[in-house]
Amino acid sequence: MTSQDTRGQIRSYLERVIQNAEIEDDDDIFENGFVNSLFAVELVAFTENTFGIEVEDEDLDLANFNSIDALAGFIERKRAAA
Amino acid sequence: MTEPPESQTRSAFRRFVAQEVQPRAAAIDRDETFPEELIGKLAAAGYLAPWLPPEQGGLAMDWQSYGILAEEVGGACASTRSLLTVHGMATYALQRCGSKVLKDALLPRLGRGEIIGAFAVSEPEVGSDAAHPQTAAAATAEGYRLTGRKTWITFGERADVFLLLATGDKGPTAFLLDADTPGLTVAPIRGMLGTRGSMMAELTLDGCPVPAARRIGREGLGFTMVISTALDLGRYSVACGCVGTLRACLEASTAYTARRRQFGSEIREHQLVRRIVTDMLTSLRCAELLCRRAGALRDERSPAALAETMIAKYYASTAARRAADDAVQLQGALGCSRESDVERFYRDAKVMEIIEGSNQIQQIAIADFAYQKPDPVQG
Repeated sequence: MTSQDTRGQIRSYLERVIQNAEIEDDDDIFENGFVNSLFAVELVAFTENTFGIEVEDEDLDLANFNSIDALAGFIERKRAAA
Repeated sequence: MTEPPESQTRSAFRRFVAQEVQPRAAAIDRDETFPEELIGKLAAAGYLAPWLPPEQGGLAMDWQSYGILAEEVGGACASTRSLLTVHGMATYALQRCGSKVLKDALLPRLGRGEIIGAFAVSEPEVGSDAAHPQTAAAATAEGYRLTGRKTWITFGERADVFLLLATGDKGPTAFLLDADTPGLTVAPIRGMLGTRGSMMAELTLDGCPVPAARRIGREGLGFTMVISTALDLGRYSVACGCVGTLRACLEASTAYTARRRQFGSEIREHQLVRRIVTDMLTSLRCAELLCRRAGALRDERSPAALAETMIAKYYASTAARRAADDAVQLQGALGCSRESDVERFYRDAKVMEIIEGSNQIQQIAIADFAYQKPDPVQG
């Protein structure tokens, strides 16, 4: 799976959850109020479920999840380390 | 015919509950205390944190089976189900968000019931707005010092370790605090409406020292990552427990109305009684299906599990309270007395609409999910 595929899947998921908003790849979805704090747990589950990676305790940092860029980068790093 | 796996699972839970929980349920409520012997029985059966692997004291149980366990226990004794819930919340948050060192040290002890966990978030001035605790976590050279008050802590009087939220320099931060930490005072709370055997307590923290290694998750993400994770499990456990309450109310109501005679016939023949029983059965089936769906999504580790669990908790707790109300109504004065289990179900069921996020908080969150586009797979 290419980086573009990963971004596409993340964008597709976020656009389903966050309606009526134009999300740029580097938009902070938490800071910009697109989602509430409950969504972080859902996003972790989405990441594990969709990309087959285990999110460890040290990964539970909003910096890994707060934008399309951040999450795609996190997934790439996890895959590279696997 | 071979018994299907779910029936085998349920049968095993039902036997345990009939032998160990049901006979103690009325006394747990009346005496407002929880027997150590029953904690030992639950631990020996592997039921305290059954999703953990066997090497950590669990049974590697899937979430749908865990839901059936909560349902069977909840149908007999809400206080016992409360123990499974809060111990499970502390254990699950540690498993998902804790450091490897802390997990290796504590998960086997929690899984085997050598230590009991509780969930300490509510404060005198902090309820639904749980993400903003007034309890303070001041940084020190070794870690933190916690100062504040926590209240309405289920099994707070009995717990050995608390999953606790406090506000630090970067925001809400989660900790695992030992009950014997210097500066911690535990005061029992009695006289609650329901779940009276759940050993509720108020905690006063007077500069309690906590090593940095006891922090769960990152500073500032204690609510977003850790407490939200714990509450998600708590809601699932409560929702399934409410299915048990619904079933118990239905069984009590059909048994009573089949033997009670008024106006020359069993009252089950009266159409208004039949309407009540019909509503109980229908809401039981709805709650079962919602919990089953939430459990299946949890087993798939689907992101939709969070929303479906909220919906299940909201519906099942509302339906259980209504069914318990109706069960009391059908039994009249008997239903208002300790001679009948439905009096306890009525008091316990009301609590279910409040704990692990009030139903008003669930409604607000569920509305957000309603405005999302449907999942192409889950619908």
